[in-house]
Amino acid sequence: MDWTAILLSAQLALATLLALLPLAIAVARWLAVTAFAGKAWIEGLLALPLVLPPTVLGYYLLVAMGGQSAFGQWFEALAGQTLAFSFPGLVVASVIFNLPFAVQPIQRAFEGIAPDVREAAQCCGLTFWQALRMIELPLAWPGILSAAVMTFAHTLGEFGVVLMVGGNIPGETQTVAIAIYDRTQAFDHAAAGAMSLLLLVISLVTIAVSYGLADRLLKRRRLP
Amino acid sequence: MLAVLLLAVEVSGAWAGPALVAAAADLRFALTELAQRFQDDTGQTVKLSFGSSGTFTHQIAQGAPFELFLSADEGYVFRLADAGLTADRGTLYAIGRLVVFAPHGSPLAVDGALVGLRAALAEGKIKRFAIANPEHAPYGRAARDALVHAGLWDAVSRHLVIGENASQAMQFAAAGASQGGIVPLSLSKAGEVAKLGRFALLPAERHGEEPLRQRMVLLRHAGDTARAFYAFLQAAPARAVLTRYGFLLPGDPAP
Repeated sequence: MDWTAILLSAQLALATLLALLPLAIAVARWLAVTAFAGKAWIEGLLALPLVLPPTVLGYYLLVAMGGQSAFGQWFEALAGQTLAFSFPGLVVASVIFNLPFAVQPIQRAFEGIAPDVREAAQCCGLTFWQALRMIELPLAWPGILSAAVMTFAHTLGEFGVVLMVGGNIPGETQTVAIAIYDRTQAFDHAAAGAMSLLLLVISLVTIAVSYGLADRLLKRRRLP
Repeated sequence: MLAVLLLAVEVSGAWAGPALVAAAADLRFALTELAQRFQDDTGQTVKLSFGSSGTFTHQIAQGAPFELFLSADEGYVFRLADAGLTADRGTLYAIGRLVVFAPHGSPLAVDGALVGLRAALAEGKIKRFAIANPEHAPYGRAARDALVHAGLWDAVSRHLVIGENASQAMQFAAAGASQGGIVPLSLSKAGEVAKLGRFALLPAERHGEEPLRQRMVLLRHAGDTARAFYAFLQAAPARAVLTRYGFLLPGDPAP
């Protein structure tokens, strides 16, 4: 069992959540309550990481973050290190490939809040922020929790993008999924097997939790 | 978003830590042992990443933070040196050698002239045969050269399984899913692998024209730990370990 890699994966998943959840809640709330021409394109763009091969995303991210791109050079000047092949680079990649996993459950949850609930809140004189904090977020929490759980598990497991953008540097970009690949090549089946089992269990728990949460949202919707 | 990123830069703080070393995959067992010995001797640590030399060359050119690069082929080192990314033109540290490897239970008879491979191919007994990717893994290029040299390339090519690097090719060759492969001696000799099958050395003249001249180089921003490890690898105890893993060393008489 490679604890360095497991710890690194946990850090990556937490950093991703920290950066992604506020963004996802804002985008999901906006998409849930507004209708406009071209909305399908925005939603499609956000869902793209679901169908795009990870290597395609990895390739574009590598080109965008590498030392030869303007963005890569700007970040290097700012932070003193390149974004590609670094932990911060993995966070950027992770936020992007997790967008659909975070936005979609939250959007569904906001969509499930009946419009008259929002109108009632307005009639009671609540400001937008008060209504969001006291009424909408509490109602949407199963979606938000589901998004958090899916993002966390998906970050632990992502392989292609992480390998291309991060390389395979122990303690810096070698996540647990990459460590399994590396240990297999090292004929270290004990470690590869233990880490695979760990990811299997985490994935199973994730699916069970998010199905349970979806169920809860559905039941709530059926109530009068 | 940017705040989280800069925080992540602070937290990860990699550069004060151990030296980052990129190493050709044929060194996986030998260099792991040497890094442990270096740590025992000096108290300094290195972090090893293994992969194909071509992939590392691309990553270093893109700004990967490695401090020392041990290539399986000096051409890649010279390419980085020409691009101004290295401290100098590096040092030749070993000559790599190839074996033909057959896992237990394989119908392939192993020998240095590839007579057994020729016979097994003719009899249709080879379903899968592993080499590393000739495009960016030097051992894959050398394996292809050896097969071309033996006149077996056309016969074997539709049976090839291609490892991303030499140690993945070794894994394909030894794990039992293939009938064998042409892989590094340095991996085949390691205890974990040697027990999985039999192997025979391919004589140097069978590699084709280009020997596997393995060169290492310090990158421009290498720190003190990386420099110490670079010196350690050129000293007698490290050379003895490399010899034990089957490498020929520059300056040693040919065996």
